[in-house]
Amino acid sequence: MQVYLDNAATTRLEPKVLAKMKPYLTAKYANASSIHLPGQEAFLALSEARQRVARLIGGEAENIVFTSGATEANNLVIKGVARANRSADRNKIIISALEHPCVRESALELEREGFKVEFIPADSEGIIRPAALEKLIDKNTILVSVMAVNNEIGTIQDIAALAKIAHHHGAYFHSDAVQAVPYLKLDVKKLGLDFMTLSAHKFYGPKGVGLAYINRKIKLRPLIVGGGQEDGYRAGTYNLPGIIGLAAALELVYQDRGAYLKKASALRDYFWKKIKQEIPEVRLNGSKTKRVPANLNIMFGYIEGEAILMDLSSKGIYVSTGSACSATNLKASNVLMAIGLDKNFLNSNIRFSLGRYNTKEEIDYAVKHLKDTVKRLRSFSPIDIK
Amino acid sequence: MALNYTKKTINHFLKPQNIGRLNDPDGYAQIGNMVCGDQLDFFLKVEKGKIKDVKFLSFGCASNIATASILTEKVKGLTVAQAKKYNWQKVVKELGGLPDQKVHCSVMAVQGLQKAIDDYEKKNKIIKKPVVAARKQAAVKKK
Repeated sequence: MQVYLDNAATTRLEPKVLAKMKPYLTAKYANASSIHLPGQEAFLALSEARQRVARLIGGEAENIVFTSGATEANNLVIKGVARANRSADRNKIIISALEHPCVRESALELEREGFKVEFIPADSEGIIRPAALEKLIDKNTILVSVMAVNNEIGTIQDIAALAKIAHHHGAYFHSDAVQAVPYLKLDVKKLGLDFMTLSAHKFYGPKGVGLAYINRKIKLRPLIVGGGQEDGYRAGTYNLPGIIGLAAALELVYQDRGAYLKKASALRDYFWKKIKQEIPEVRLNGSKTKRVPANLNIMFGYIEGEAILMDLSSKGIYVSTGSACSATNLKASNVLMAIGLDKNFLNSNIRFSLGRYNTKEEIDYAVKHLKDTVKRLRSFSPIDIK
Repeated sequence: MALNYTKKTINHFLKPQNIGRLNDPDGYAQIGNMVCGDQLDFFLKVEKGKIKDVKFLSFGCASNIATASILTEKVKGLTVAQAKKYNWQKVVKELGGLPDQKVHCSVMAVQGLQKAIDDYEKKNKIIKKPVVAARKQAAVKKK
């Protein structure tokens, strides 16, 4: 049996989405920027996909900039907004302490360019409190960026309240909503977002395509220049199969949202209940209530996370330590540090992220083997087990 | 995830050799800690100048466990002098290579064992030059 519990890293392309993409990978291959008939047909398909996405996120089609993914989209928004709106006084960027590396590294790049960068601390539950933003923000703040849902611990932020504070001080607001689909209703207008970023492969779409929702009234300097695609905001030949896939996947997951949320919650709660029953010395990282129903980030006392991951992997159970992106740099998770996890426990955590294909049988299988894994590794841990 | 462990490394991780403690060890040492994410404890029994038995405990990743496993397997039965010469390069070679970011595990395992040997020599007043310091220097030079 193989059990994939790493859906926050990436998801399996949904067959129905692939079916919609296929014609654009084969027969309908024309460049959407070409003037000839098939080119114009491709452009029409692109426009329709853009409209569909706009409807799903409650925004305007013309405000959508398709990119190669959320890393690019976040780089575009953070750096593009900061650089285009900088003045002698106005040079401050505020991001949360929980941001994904692509937001954090973009901000740190700006810091090296002379911008002032501040980090909003998280509380021990993994929540960014509006009061914490109030303390840092001032009239010199250009942009505030807070992710809607954290990738490691799944905590949900009150982005509408945070956006309100940003606007009150004349700053713009961006939210990396990559992990929020379909858990939150992403209505950019209702939430008051100037900028929002998404990535298709996190919601059963293809890899290599994402988007930045932008407020066109705000100056934005493009990162990638060339043939003027995306109205000059992002050059490069339109990835039509990808964009069609993104739109189809987004539509699909929001159609199935109610049933999926119910299923994921039930499965996640069952999973956590079983783990607590079967394995001593475990703890949930992050808020129990303000988190998406697919996420469990668990501390297993006295043993190391990567060892747990590798042992589970040998049994066909696929999980991650912290975030998958940090698997190669081997540093303790910034997120777990930000929520103040005891230093002794920073290296003992596993993220389980459920998705639409997981079943109760898989969870039973995972718990059974997880129990053995933890028992085995603890049997030779040098840490005194109470 | 670019962590390509060899089959041998995985085998040593899944079925580590010489796991456990030794009562009244002739040499004992602890290296690393939980905060850094890896810790090894080594236990030694020495008889007639030979490593009669060696065991270890690990709080660490797959390669932390695997490197200690193969190291203990290789030095068991060697003379103390031979065991002191067993370096991390040999550990890496025995495993068929380690991912770059995991090479430090082999260095740590070797240093931990040397520390346990130091402990044995100190207890038995066979103190010469401190081995761990010498090994550290060698490792730095290599880089």
